[in-house]
Amino acid sequence: MSTPDLLYSDVENDLRASVRDLLADRCEPAALLARVESGEPYDTKLWRTLGAELGTAGLHVPEERGGQGASARETALVLEELGRSVAPVPFLGSAVLATSALLGTDPEREAAAGLLRRLASGEATGALAVPLSTAPGAPFPQSVRASGDGGLTGRVGTVADAQAADVLVVPATGPDGPALYAVDTGTAGVSVSELVPLDLTRRIADVTLTEAGGRLLAGPERAADALGQALLTGAGLLASEQLGIAEWCLQETVRYVRERYQFGRPVGSFQALKHRLADLWLELVAARAAARYAADALATGNPDTGVAVAVAQSYCATVAVHAAEECVQLHGGIGMTWEHPAHLYLKRAKANEIALGAPGRHRDRLADLVDLPA
Amino acid sequence: MSEPTITADEIRERVRALLEQHDPRTTDRLEFLRARFDAGLAWVHFPVGLGGLNTYRELQNVVETELTAAGAPSNNPRRIGIGLGMAAPTILRFGTDEQKRRFLRPLWTGEEVWCQLFSEPGAGSDLAALGTRAVRDGDEWVVTGQKVWTSTAHTARWGILVARTDPDVPKHQGMTYFVCDMTDPGVEVRPLRQITGEAEFNEVFLTGARIPDAHRLGEVGEGWKVAQTTLMNERVAIGGSAMPREGGMVGTVARTWRERPELRAPDLHDRLLRLWAEAEAFRLAGTRLRQQLAVGEPGPEGSGMKLAFARLNQALSGLEVELLGDEGLRYDDWSMRRPELVDFTGREAGYRYLRAKGNSIEGGTSEILRNIIAERVLGLPPEPRVDKDVAWKDLPR
Repeated sequence: MSTPDLLYSDVENDLRASVRDLLADRCEPAALLARVESGEPYDTKLWRTLGAELGTAGLHVPEERGGQGASARETALVLEELGRSVAPVPFLGSAVLATSALLGTDPEREAAAGLLRRLASGEATGALAVPLSTAPGAPFPQSVRASGDGGLTGRVGTVADAQAADVLVVPATGPDGPALYAVDTGTAGVSVSELVPLDLTRRIADVTLTEAGGRLLAGPERAADALGQALLTGAGLLASEQLGIAEWCLQETVRYVRERYQFGRPVGSFQALKHRLADLWLELVAARAAARYAADALATGNPDTGVAVAVAQSYCATVAVHAAEECVQLHGGIGMTWEHPAHLYLKRAKANEIALGAPGRHRDRLADLVDLPA
Repeated sequence: MSEPTITADEIRERVRALLEQHDPRTTDRLEFLRARFDAGLAWVHFPVGLGGLNTYRELQNVVETELTAAGAPSNNPRRIGIGLGMAAPTILRFGTDEQKRRFLRPLWTGEEVWCQLFSEPGAGSDLAALGTRAVRDGDEWVVTGQKVWTSTAHTARWGILVARTDPDVPKHQGMTYFVCDMTDPGVEVRPLRQITGEAEFNEVFLTGARIPDAHRLGEVGEGWKVAQTTLMNERVAIGGSAMPREGGMVGTVARTWRERPELRAPDLHDRLLRLWAEAEAFRLAGTRLRQQLAVGEPGPEGSGMKLAFARLNQALSGLEVELLGDEGLRYDDWSMRRPELVDFTGREAGYRYLRAKGNSIEGGTSEILRNIIAERVLGLPPEPRVDKDVAWKDLPR
């Protein structure tokens, strides 16, 4: 096993700068707060610029399959920035989960290869039709059945980014066993019913399929592995989004306690607060290393990827929630208001704790992987 | 330092030459270590002529790998940790050429053990309040006072000492840094028994101890600045060494867990996995920190590693005692001893639990480290100070 590179390369730093500039310009907190209660909670224009024009929609897809030919390391970096800005775009559903599932399909199968090209170019938006809480290593879903002619019937709850998607990648059980199908939203037999989400900037929906028309993407020989790899990739890269959330929360809280005066001095000069923020900073140091290791392991096909993802996801999920909770508390009354954006980060952090396997699920996997049985 | 020019292959060539001229199987241990120092293979990042090759610290691994494979003797770094980790970098930075030549070689070979004479009964976290006085007498200084928590003072030939040379100026300004001869008749070392039962630490009483001015490190009155170098290196030495996965305390507890299934319980399992993941995340943070140093981009992350190390060691060693159940009620040996080594992970679970309590105190308490992170890394304002502009002699105590 070669030594993992846990740093950010110059190219990665350039990518970060472009994404951060775009988000600073187009995703500022007041507009974001107005948007989440509007009829268009996702910013489709921003998503087009980010995904299609900046080329992040297919960042870790090889060039010959229609993507940018970068790796999971770069995708992780985009997620860090999306975490820092809680941007309302369907990046996780489309550019991470659906795309990663398609990467596990046979490149010779035209339905899959064509869809991958459309998602990777940003021409279409996808979503992976599994409950967002699904952890890597979970049994193949049984909730959708496929008939012999590709008609899909079943219901999948709390699917991330489904209402923004043109196409759903649906795990289903067909006559031959596990399979992945593509289903176009807005066609007969497909109902995407938006839920009221805890996380205002990542939307969820229940998907109901009634004899919906599906195109086969992968059959029993590949479907389970493709789904498993998509969930593993998603969980590992979500750690970078969690890192970004935690970074924003720490940065804003530090800024606030330096400016906020009580008892004739900045509240940030009180040790009771300084020590909490020092502890939080230290958690971020470890979270960054864990998230970078998971991204690097996914990018290089490191045989240690399972451990890397389980460590990163269980650790970073907790750090993000802690950072967001400290952010609300140390802002005092203003942190409790709708007007201040801290709640958007708290909601994202808490929802992310559940997404793609809660920390306890990842620790269960870790127990198996590192031989620490119950 | 000037641009390094030595490559890994050239270092291997030097190791081969050393081994040819001094076959470890037939060469006396000390003679081999001295030859290794003179060949520049002691610490390659040190200057040529002082045990190094003026090259990247990372290339030391090449030396260690080759020499370990050849069965070469070690300088037993754990026995001389204070010399290697704290005295040496300070001497290198602030010492005169004469001092570097005199002290570094026997320090590295282990012929001369070093100790650190910093803390005092009245100056712990507030080290700059220290009151041990050094008064000039011709070419010498006469030192009187008391130091405490001094590891390896009983085996040490030399001590790095900070003393007050001017009580009439504010506390940070009136200190000077010396190398103290531990065999001087004015130096008395008494064991200080600690909660583990043994005496790894000592009290050191200085009663008219004499130090030649030639053994001063840095300028008179600049002791605080010199001491900062020592303290930064101490924290790196405690929290910053490279480790394999499950290195250190987490590995000890994981082994017990695997070997003793009859002890397992669900609550302990959950806690163990949380700590395992956390220890792994901080191990990766240490790897990342060293990668940043290797490309010349040191980050502030180093200040936190000791804090994390202390917390994890305490949580893991506490978990292990609990896991052991009936065996956790026992202790291996309370008898008073004076060990030569500072040992965090040795002996049995009860010892490890008790010794780990020191990890959040020694080398800067965790509370002081949090202040340092908050103020120097996060840029938070300091607490209001009542002692900054007051002469040391007028401070309340």
